[in-house]
Amino acid sequence: MNSGNAKTLTAAPKGVAFALAGSGGSGVMTAGTTLLAGAANAGVYGLMVRTSGPQIRGGEAAALVRLADRPVDTLGDTFDLLLAIDWGNTHRFADEVPLTARSVIVGDPDEGEPPEVFLATGARYVPLPMKKMAKAIPGSWVNMVALGFAGAMAGFPQEALEAAVRADWKRGETALAANLAALAAGFAAERGITPPIAVPPVPRTEAGAKQRWSISGNEAAGFGAIRGGVRYVAAYPITPATELLEWMAPALAKVGGTLLQAEDELASINMIIGGSFGGVPSLTATAGPGLALMAEGIGLAVASETPVVIVDVMRGGPSTGIPAKSEQSDLSFAVSGLHGDAPRLVLAPSSIADCATTTQWAVYLAEKLQAPAIVLSDQFLGQSRAIIDPPADSGLRAERLKAEANAADYKRYRNTESGVSPMAVPGTPGVTYTADGLEHTEAAVPSSNSRDHQLQLDKRERKLARFDYGDAWADIDGDGDAAVITFGSTSAAVREAVARARAEGVHVRLIAMRLLAPAQPEKLAKALEGVRHVMVVEQNHGGQFLRYLRGHFDLPAKPVGYHRPGPLPLRPGEVHKAIAEWRKAA
Amino acid sequence: MKLNAPKTIEEFMAQAYAMEVEAAQRYSDLADAMDTHNNREVAELFRKMAVIEGKHGTEIMQHMGWKTPPANAVAPSWEGFEAAESVPIDEVHYLMRPWHALQLALAAEQRAERFFAELAKSTTDESVRKAALELQEEEREHVELVRAWMAKVPQPEKDWAEDPDPPRYDQ
Amino acid sequence: MNDVATCEQLTAANFKSAVKPVWCPGCGDYSVLSSITKALAMIGKPPHEVGVVSGIGCSSRIPAYTSCYGFHGVHGRALAAATGLKVARPDLTVLVTGGDGDGYSIGGNHFLHACRRNVDLTYIVMDNHVYGMTKGQPSPTTEPDWDSKLAPGGTKIRVFHPLVVALAAGANFVGRAFAGDPNGTAALIAQAIRHPGFSFVEILSPCVTFRPEQKEWKSMVRPAPVEKTDDPVLAARRVMTDDGMNIGVLYAGNRPCYELDYGRSPKSVADLEMEFRV
Repeated sequence: MNSGNAKTLTAAPKGVAFALAGSGGSGVMTAGTTLLAGAANAGVYGLMVRTSGPQIRGGEAAALVRLADRPVDTLGDTFDLLLAIDWGNTHRFADEVPLTARSVIVGDPDEGEPPEVFLATGARYVPLPMKKMAKAIPGSWVNMVALGFAGAMAGFPQEALEAAVRADWKRGETALAANLAALAAGFAAERGITPPIAVPPVPRTEAGAKQRWSISGNEAAGFGAIRGGVRYVAAYPITPATELLEWMAPALAKVGGTLLQAEDELASINMIIGGSFGGVPSLTATAGPGLALMAEGIGLAVASETPVVIVDVMRGGPSTGIPAKSEQSDLSFAVSGLHGDAPRLVLAPSSIADCATTTQWAVYLAEKLQAPAIVLSDQFLGQSRAIIDPPADSGLRAERLKAEANAADYKRYRNTESGVSPMAVPGTPGVTYTADGLEHTEAAVPSSNSRDHQLQLDKRERKLARFDYGDAWADIDGDGDAAVITFGSTSAAVREAVARARAEGVHVRLIAMRLLAPAQPEKLAKALEGVRHVMVVEQNHGGQFLRYLRGHFDLPAKPVGYHRPGPLPLRPGEVHKAIAEWRKAA
Repeated sequence: MKLNAPKTIEEFMAQAYAMEVEAAQRYSDLADAMDTHNNREVAELFRKMAVIEGKHGTEIMQHMGWKTPPANAVAPSWEGFEAAESVPIDEVHYLMRPWHALQLALAAEQRAERFFAELAKSTTDESVRKAALELQEEEREHVELVRAWMAKVPQPEKDWAEDPDPPRYDQ
Repeated sequence: MNDVATCEQLTAANFKSAVKPVWCPGCGDYSVLSSITKALAMIGKPPHEVGVVSGIGCSSRIPAYTSCYGFHGVHGRALAAATGLKVARPDLTVLVTGGDGDGYSIGGNHFLHACRRNVDLTYIVMDNHVYGMTKGQPSPTTEPDWDSKLAPGGTKIRVFHPLVVALAAGANFVGRAFAGDPNGTAALIAQAIRHPGFSFVEILSPCVTFRPEQKEWKSMVRPAPVEKTDDPVLAARRVMTDDGMNIGVLYAGNRPCYELDYGRSPKSVADLEMEFRV
């Protein structure tokens, strides 16, 4: 089972990266989303990341859009275009919108000069009186002018953009006509710039030949869960997981399931344990602070052997941290943050498309192994939107080993070879039992006996350790005596970095791990055959993944780490530089 | 509208002072809110109003010869919960245009005018009555000033309140 | 603004910090901030002797906007942190602030026990019947038929009645205010602070972005038709027919308050050793 990303380390994606910025009603988010939809119509792939100030409305905002000839899950290193409808506080995004002397800055001369921090890059400034252009077309919005300009710069046919505007249009016909006119005006304006803006158009695949999806990581995870068989969700709103829940609420209802908004995360985890005890595959979604609250409950799922899936959309930590930005700093907690000896499943999708596949797999594994599964998504994947090839259905469905009615001498926690014992679903006669967080006998009677404790601990560990997870535990590409290991949202940037290194003759193997727990040391050892140097790349301050690998796997001597915390995403360029320096020093 | 009319000129001027100070503070707070939401034009306008109301407060202090502001001065409620000259906090919108802001200022000055007129009618103290009438006349002048200002400011477009983007991260 | 020497009269301005709120223009919380600073000026304690404790949400941002000692804790646990602060430092005036989601949902358990424990705190909840910071989910006080993404068609669950719960759980002062009346609210808050034990003030504070219809509240609220009482049975009868729009003090009682005995008659550690001697 593979993720949606390109598996072979070919040359980097060809495309452009645009930043559309503005504040207070300028509509840049909508322009970005429409540009992405226009890209899909034009036979191009793309990724859109949003960033904004702390205000709920009217704040400074930017839509960061990468358009490319293949699915992309990283924005790349620099932006070809920064288009600002106004400059209100946009300098706050300077770190997120790196420009070079080859970039273009488009701004409305009536809104003042671009901030010095952008001009200092040497980028070319192209003034464009967007507000005036919009005013000249009564009833039109200025973001349509911006959209037309950006689409022309990307080399899209105007019809692709128009179709995108039409598809999402919710206001009347007259407004539509005015805004299409504004779009055309922006489009024509780009064509009229002299000297022409030298940005190569994005190579297009056969437009419309393939059915593609526009989806966010949060939506994909929800979809994957439902595909896998989840029908009950109890959850509490928390940034950046709320959209996953808001997508699932009506989606579950459509397939006969239900979502309940709980009073807090303690209730959420216990509610889904209750639902799962009742036989229904159940899930919740949260972020770091919520996951921390759920710790006791997750332990209960381990001890009572109740399957549940917990999607953790990671954000800046610790504590309240940076709620609207991404980080990979919940790894330590996910793999070891429960009291007692409590083995559990931990998985990490490596792209937006993979959020669907991996969550589906998590549902399957949790149900099969009667254990909790934590899916480590993050804000970058969760709240970004991409054009993807529809993720294939692996066919994996929740398939719990259930007890037969009136089975003779039924013991819920029977010590089986695999460690998985049949689970009686309430309503099934003759096999009633009491699930327990207390340690218990095979017959589910509470016990403080040393033999029972040893047996049950072995059972719960064995059922996870002995299972054959197949090849999906990691995506492995390339060859060489050096390997870069990563997980989650950094995978895309690392993949592009490794491709660049390869093009320079530096051969490095890439291992993007998907199954983080239980640890698969034998599989990693096999993947590292011939490898003498390892670098671990991750987005957190403490090198959590490096420490985890050193503690639970065999690595060649002196593994190094390249890690830094959020809020800024890791870029291919910085990883490439780190790899080059590391290989040179070796 | 019932009023507990002040009994002495000191009490009256203390109330009037409190009204100006509250109005100035309200304009200043609204200016800050507009600044934070990148609405520079309206922020500037509210700041100008804050300065103007602040001046009125200073004038009252000078007129009364007070070295420090009167203790425990409270602006009475008028036509609603708030003081007569204060723009209600819930009447603003992050996308409002300068014309809207002036509308609110106009309404505030008109309320203040009505307040002093009513006070002049209901007080039994002659010096208070005279002072109230004077202040009523001043507010009337303010009304004219705001009207003149409004004439110079463009009318807002029909879709001024439309924001194509949903609240942050709604989708 | 920083606090001044106590010989000078404190004004509301002394209690405001230089940090500009990021609330949406039109938000009721601006009013509540103003009311809190006015009330504290009335009380007369300098800002450095006041603690403002909050959880998570738009309303919970308030501590940073005051010049008092603020604690911006985690979601739903403000009352616990505030209880810790007051019990360890009875000399401080401690306010607890937050919203309806933070206070009545995840904070619900702590709310019950804070009322029951009756520690001398003042709990101010800015109720806007919605989760604003996470962009518009229903809260425990949201009407059962309010449509939202997380609960399409409405929750269809009876609303939480904070005044009923506070009274039943043992709070010593229970009242409701309206953000649109900043001076009335300031007076009520001052009253609450002065009243011993756990004082609970629910403030209707409209959310201009996610509940624009709450603009109507200003024409719906009314002064409560009866005077406050110190008889919990009478208060209970009254609150059962409360429609959520009565403004004023429901109950100001004489329930025994939590004894704040920290620091009293300390013995030395050496005295403890006597216990173990044989």
